[in-house]
Amino acid sequence: MGPVSAHPSPTNTLRPHHCTLSVPVETERPESSEAPFEVPEPDLPWVTIVHNDPVNLMSYVSYVFQTYFGYSKDKAHQLMLDVHHKGRAVVSSGSREEMERDVQAMHGYGLWATLQQDRR
Amino acid sequence: MTGHFEPLPDGGASVPLDEVEISILRSLAVQLMELIGPGEETGEREGDDLLASIFNDGPSEPPADPVLARLFPDAYGGPDLVPDDDVRAASAEFRRYTENDLRSRKREDALALIRALDTLAPTGGGSAELRLKPEECRQWLGALNDLRLAIGTRLEVTDEEDGGELLRLPDSDPRKPMVMAYLWLGGLQETLVESLMG
Repeated sequence: MGPVSAHPSPTNTLRPHHCTLSVPVETERPESSEAPFEVPEPDLPWVTIVHNDPVNLMSYVSYVFQTYFGYSKDKAHQLMLDVHHKGRAVVSSGSREEMERDVQAMHGYGLWATLQQDRR
Repeated sequence: MTGHFEPLPDGGASVPLDEVEISILRSLAVQLMELIGPGEETGEREGDDLLASIFNDGPSEPPADPVLARLFPDAYGGPDLVPDDDVRAASAEFRRYTENDLRSRKREDALALIRALDTLAPTGGGSAELRLKPEECRQWLGALNDLRLAIGTRLEVTDEEDGGELLRLPDSDPRKPMVMAYLWLGGLQETLVESLMG
């Protein structure tokens, strides 16, 4: 990684943990003294965002939200409409590890998804 | 190319397919598998090789081909964020540990589609009925979606309006056959979703 960016960016809370996916048992130690500069705002939840896509069918996107997340037909439909009209929707929130699982699953279904730390 | 899926009582779905349709679907799925790339061989693997495969990291850079980049997108960033070094590093790490699995899944879905097609034997220019079990339906949905993502990316479908514009292409346009296939696959996927959702 290069030097710390000189200009502040809204994405600079997305600092990767060490070994996030390779050694999951060691990821949940925010109090660890080994990485004193890499534990920004640990209380902020992470979110999975699904982005609008010109190819994916609306019915398929609803199907995925119902099938994978177990959301009701109404909730899945509303989230799909948010993706379609607003360009994106937050479809789940939780720990970083949980959101990486959700994003991986969305990519498996062919949906365009990313995760980020909630900016509240 | 007008067939559509109907639900089956066991939770599966069926669709009539003629020889031409089977041939087109099969050819597209084979092309998709070739694009995704060769998989890890399964079955013959001994202990050491298996261990090696477990620790075999995937790539850390996004694919250069636009279709592959769409099938295997970055997990961090997205259209609203200009990626900085941290975002790129997080995406690279995620990709290293997930892309091989994702490629395997997409290959398996395409392979399931090909295998199901290979059981069909249409006779005399008529249609054969393809009957899918619920698990096969899931794989078909994935494969149909991947095919549409691939063709849509190649055709540079960029927003909802393009569907209409592409529909009005003259028959002489070289993109016309792909557009027809794209729309047909959309109908198959739509009716398969409807069949599964009841």
